[in-house]
Amino acid sequence: MEQWTGFNQGVWQQEINVRDFIQKNYTPYEGSSAFLCGPTDRTKKLAAKLDRLLELERQFGGVLDIDTNTVSSLTSFNAGYLDRENEIIVGLQTDRPLRRAVNPFGGIKMTRNACKAYGYTLSDKVEQEFEFRTTHNDGVYRVYTDEIKRARHCGIITGLPDAYGRGRIIGDYRRIPLYGIDYLIAEKEKDKKRIGEGVMLQDTIRLSEELFQQINFLGKLKEMAAIYGIDISAPASNAKEAVQWLYFGYLGAIKEQNGAAMSLGRVSTFLDIYFERDINNGILTESEAQEIMDDFVIKLRLARQLRTPEYNELFAGDPMWITEALGGMGEDGRTLVTKNTYRMLNTLYNLGTSAEPNLTVLWSEALPYGFKRFAAEISCNTDDIQYENDDIMRPVYGDDYGIACCVSAMRIGKDMQFFGARANLAKLLLMSLNGGRDEKTGMQLAPVTEPYQGDILDYDKVTALMDHYRPWLARTYVNAMNIIHYMHDKYAYEKTQMALHDTDVHRFMAFGIAGLSVLADSLSAIKYAKVRVIRNAEGTITDFETEGDFPTYGNDDDRADDIAKEQVRLFYEELKKNPTYRNAEHTLSVLTITSNVIYGKKTGSTPDGRKAGEPFAPGANPMHNREKNGALASLNSVAKISYDICRDGISNTFSIVPDALGKTESERYDNLVALLDGYFSKKAHHLNVNVMNRETLIDAMENPEKYPNLTIRVSGYAVNFNKLSREQQKEVISRTFHNAL
Amino acid sequence: MTGRISGFQSLGAVDGPGLRCVVFFQGCNLRCKYCHNPETWAADGGYEISAEALVEKIDRLVPYIKNGGVTASGGEPLLQWRFVTEFFRRLKEKGIHTAVDTSGVCDARHAEEVLRYTDLVICDIKATDPEKFRALTGGELSCVYDFLSVTEKLGIPLWIRQVIVPGLNDDNASVISLGQEARRYGNLEKIELLPFRKLCAEKYENEGIDFPMKDIPECDKEKLSDLQKLL
Repeated sequence: MEQWTGFNQGVWQQEINVRDFIQKNYTPYEGSSAFLCGPTDRTKKLAAKLDRLLELERQFGGVLDIDTNTVSSLTSFNAGYLDRENEIIVGLQTDRPLRRAVNPFGGIKMTRNACKAYGYTLSDKVEQEFEFRTTHNDGVYRVYTDEIKRARHCGIITGLPDAYGRGRIIGDYRRIPLYGIDYLIAEKEKDKKRIGEGVMLQDTIRLSEELFQQINFLGKLKEMAAIYGIDISAPASNAKEAVQWLYFGYLGAIKEQNGAAMSLGRVSTFLDIYFERDINNGILTESEAQEIMDDFVIKLRLARQLRTPEYNELFAGDPMWITEALGGMGEDGRTLVTKNTYRMLNTLYNLGTSAEPNLTVLWSEALPYGFKRFAAEISCNTDDIQYENDDIMRPVYGDDYGIACCVSAMRIGKDMQFFGARANLAKLLLMSLNGGRDEKTGMQLAPVTEPYQGDILDYDKVTALMDHYRPWLARTYVNAMNIIHYMHDKYAYEKTQMALHDTDVHRFMAFGIAGLSVLADSLSAIKYAKVRVIRNAEGTITDFETEGDFPTYGNDDDRADDIAKEQVRLFYEELKKNPTYRNAEHTLSVLTITSNVIYGKKTGSTPDGRKAGEPFAPGANPMHNREKNGALASLNSVAKISYDICRDGISNTFSIVPDALGKTESERYDNLVALLDGYFSKKAHHLNVNVMNRETLIDAMENPEKYPNLTIRVSGYAVNFNKLSREQQKEVISRTFHNAL
Repeated sequence: MTGRISGFQSLGAVDGPGLRCVVFFQGCNLRCKYCHNPETWAADGGYEISAEALVEKIDRLVPYIKNGGVTASGGEPLLQWRFVTEFFRRLKEKGIHTAVDTSGVCDARHAEEVLRYTDLVICDIKATDPEKFRALTGGELSCVYDFLSVTEKLGIPLWIRQVIVPGLNDDNASVISLGQEARRYGNLEKIELLPFRKLCAEKYENEGIDFPMKDIPECDKEKLSDLQKLL
């Protein structure tokens, strides 16, 4: 094929195999950042335009405009532009930048409420279109049991994706530039034919119908591109086209789906092959290459979905999780860092700090030092990137995996996940003490047993009660997830994204836990100090008095850390006993996003001294300000949570004041590299890094206009600080800022 | 063997090169008016820990501190010279870089024992005028020079520091004098000026001790970098 001229040959030419293409053709880069170019005048103008729009959006209360008449889909909008004459990469979700479309496939109620929250009314036209249409949410509620509804209501299981798109699926958007849509359709047609030749039963019938939809939507992708006057039926023939083709794939996905996390995958090194070819052929300069990436990222920064205020409580700051995995090492020992990896990070300098895309550096001890240091420099200057341990993920997923959302690894185009929710383990403890009753409402959640007798909590008795209720929680949780994903497949199947996967995909079902540090410290208090229960008039245990010292999670003290490890393992093993929809593989995460605030609100006082309603620590973080041995001891505690058990990720957010990281900028970069090398050598999984002063955040809370672009890493993503609620801002400020002085 | 420490900071990046664990030793023979760690003064405060337990704590952190090491601070670490010697000896067995952060007011013969296992000396010369030194710290400046001579004799890399307090030693003459004194030692690698800050005011309150410098303004960054240029 002429578009492939200059590429090295491989099996990628006989089958869809992007990894093979990358391995045969990419150029590892081990040099410094000195080659990078700043923004061109054109980029500066577009970035200024983007900033003005973002400012307007803020002034409008977070949502600039909603088209309440048009249901989002690949072809339902005319072409939209930020600056038609000057754009290099084109395509918007609607006909105007930052105008949001409605997407009621997940649930019409959520769409209606979201419109209302921002002063709009969902049009009669859309209401009528969906009057006789079953949404994902309708389907789920037809089947939800009373038990699941109660568990959901009381918040022992929260964040279930039962009213919006589940997300966390990464289409292999690279397939479009490499092969063109026509070839992808032909391959899917072959698969459909092959399946038809076997026994047709529910699984194969469902898959065959899904393939029909995939093929249909590949066609729609072509139509969508044609609206912009571009034909993507054949492969891309240069770098600009490659970025454009790839972006169209992503754009189609976010037009079709309002999934919670719509991640990009691992595209930078793939695209580098096209940039290298054009630069070597003398048809592209470094500045032009950067300009294309800058423009691509401007488009990504414009991506939006329409959400309700309740949704924002769980996932604050209007995130999309356009997660791009950068760097890492190849299985053959060559680094996957390329010049384009640097260009992607450089967009944070050229366009200014930003929460999206969610840039994620895959860290390996073997990464070139220059790249490690550049990443550390970017962290110190922007607080916009996160790090995940390539050395523990590569052995599991190979070297062509990406990260969905915050910390969920999956092989691009080969794995997908059924995402969902978190079980509140702190609440499991309280419910176990209260004979299956919710400590806040008194509602009976789980089957009745005798509540805890006596006034002083005994460790063995308490853990035995938890052992009794844990199976109930796991079963209820798996049931809810099975229902949700059955219905999502049935009523809101991700046609575009799944068309960019192999037909036979591996599925994960991703469970989560919240309140790990609260649980660990509470059990430690019960074990090492004296915890007296306080009962209300109805006899429900609602508070505790704790006397004496006890070890806490976050101090590299095995007495507390082992409790955390053990509780994670016990819950995972219990989950695995319950079969999953489509035989998905059970995985577990310790990740809360910003829901640690709302989880805390729904949870009564705990034996660790946390009072009812107070926030949890985010993700796998130790509780705020209980870390008494400094930052490294805290990191070591989190590193003990086993990735083998928590394959869906273990999120840790780390904030340090600049002066504590080193005296000069240069020292800080080297020290941050040393810190990351140390942490990941301990087999830790993830780290968000913030290098900033608490005073800056306090000032930003009082004077938001002074800090329009202040971003901060929270659990698994970056967020514009101004987009957090006051409550969430206060919670972020109350967290530990490591300060060695 | 056991010693008394007031705290353990697993991440220190400002007391010696690279990432370091910092052990704050309990007990001090000076009462510097701007002292940052008044909780370390009383010899019987803090808690007891064995050298073995302390090394075990640090052992878990080795992957982070490969380009850094461990700093013994305080308090005055050299007062517990037997313990610090044992502690540093064990660290050296593991190839860990050791630094001592001291006022230099100590028995030079005792210090020599510690220095056998020390890779870097950070000595905070509180003042270069004997009168000022006495008024500020309650100690004798000559002890410091005796100590520094020992570090020079043993050829241990030396960093000299001084906390710059507005109105006390933020004049050019004072800083130039510090530079002259410091450069007499052939093992000198670096002179660092540190800004006087009042983050410790809360600690004084907790300890029920009056903070003598509570009314003095903090030293600003620009002033400090101007003074640093004199060196």
